[in-house]
Amino acid sequence: MSRSPRFYLQLAFTVLVCAFLVVPVVLSIMAGVTENFFIGIKSGLTLRWVVEVWSLYSKTIFLSIGIALATLAVTLLIGVPAAYVLARRQNRYTRWMEELLVLPVAVPGLATALALILLYGQFRGFRISWSFILVGHVLFTLPFMVRSVLAVMGAIDLKTLEDAAASLGASFTQRFFHVILPNCRQGILAGALMVVTLSMGEFNITWMLHTPLTMTLPVGLADSYASMRLEIGSAYTIIFFIMIIPLLVAMQWMSEPPNVRARARKKQHG
Amino acid sequence: MSSSPARREALRHMALLLPVLTIFSAFWLLPMARLVAVGAGGPTGIAAYWAVVTDARYFSSLVSTILLSATVTLATIVISVIAGMFLQRNRFFGRSFLLATLTFPLAFPGVVVGFMVILLVGRQGFVGSITEWLFGEKLVLAYSMAGLFLGYLYFSIPRVILTIMAAAEKLDGALEEAARSLGASPWQVIRDVILPALKPALISSGAICFATSMGAFGTAFTLATKINVLPITIYGEFTNYANFALAAALSIVLGLITWLALALARSIAGSTVAAAA
Repeated sequence: MSRSPRFYLQLAFTVLVCAFLVVPVVLSIMAGVTENFFIGIKSGLTLRWVVEVWSLYSKTIFLSIGIALATLAVTLLIGVPAAYVLARRQNRYTRWMEELLVLPVAVPGLATALALILLYGQFRGFRISWSFILVGHVLFTLPFMVRSVLAVMGAIDLKTLEDAAASLGASFTQRFFHVILPNCRQGILAGALMVVTLSMGEFNITWMLHTPLTMTLPVGLADSYASMRLEIGSAYTIIFFIMIIPLLVAMQWMSEPPNVRARARKKQHG
Repeated sequence: MSSSPARREALRHMALLLPVLTIFSAFWLLPMARLVAVGAGGPTGIAAYWAVVTDARYFSSLVSTILLSATVTLATIVISVIAGMFLQRNRFFGRSFLLATLTFPLAFPGVVVGFMVILLVGRQGFVGSITEWLFGEKLVLAYSMAGLFLGYLYFSIPRVILTIMAAAEKLDGALEEAARSLGASPWQVIRDVILPALKPALISSGAICFATSMGAFGTAFTLATKINVLPITIYGEFTNYANFALAAALSIVLGLITWLALALARSIAGSTVAAAA
């Protein structure tokens, strides 16, 4: 198959763009396992930087995982019921509510963080605990959970499903847990992955809310970039990459659910 | 109980919304109200809100932030349309690898993006060592406006390319075919058929890109540049000078700008503009 010169021109451009994104990632992986990055690979490969990062910053990794899971729990508990009501009642007020919930994402995290500090900073116990960071993460990730669940709920006829279950004598609790939730599994799962990924990487709000004892992974990264040698920052970044790759792969896999793939195949063949 | 089923359902829905409303009011609406009040409660009063225009220092910070964000948005859109249309229209060996490299940086926090720029064009950077080898002089861009520009491009390109690819998938190929058969040049097809059809996607992803750039803190923070973009200015006023009123006022102004950009784009593009991460 022969291609036009324009194809190769565009290909070269696209490869250049991708190189811009991927070259620094490769560099940071190399720097993280090189004895001395300034000299280069010939100085020898080592895992000592990774070990050093682990001894310096392993706490931040566990705190980030803990906060991400707590954020997930809260957004599930308050976000899924909210999405259900927003899907069932579509009027002016519920639309306003949807708008409101997105605001913490629409305004810079710095503003949200300053606001939280100015109002709650005086409560020492709360200010220095990890739950202060949890609050920021919940505000920031909640709209993603609500939207993701709402998108699935909007595509199914909730009311008919519920009426059918109710006519068979199912109570609301039974309907909610055995009819509604199973039907929006996809949306809940997609939202959950999004929430965990965003929480793990959140910096703009967290930097203002953290204390020396409540450092999360991205906060630790900023700390290592500013005060440690390049190799340690790089090794730490490798650990961050390793933690988000499974989440990204799962999200990629979720964004193409089996039924969509099957439909696409059917379309191709028929 | 004499309550009707409809009324019972309404009460149930209220009860289900209550947790979200409580948490959102307590931890966002109230703090924001406090932020607005603190902004107006400094020694200069309400005037703090005008400082961003009247005080030369804050005004230049505002202008450079807006200029930087607008330039980044424009450059991102041009790059993303070229690369995104190409990836959407062509199938070739290595295409899925290129797509994967676009998806990976989506989850990077701003600090990591800043570090990527340092590795690329910093003091021990990749580009610097190449130029040193070629011309005997190190090219170091990371800690200047150019470094910020590259960093903002880095986190904007993946988002915008993926949006454009999704929009390009839905384009009607028959229209382009018709334009071509009527004698339109490739450039005319792009200008009169493809770009207008992509317009909603361009406007919404452009607005997200602009809003994210305006509020980007992590990248600028890591690069520790001498250039004061607004988020860094706010952070400095708050932590270095304990100038709470001014920091509050500036962050309200910044929040209004990003919110306005997103709201405006949505009213023009019609589609839902999901805010940026």
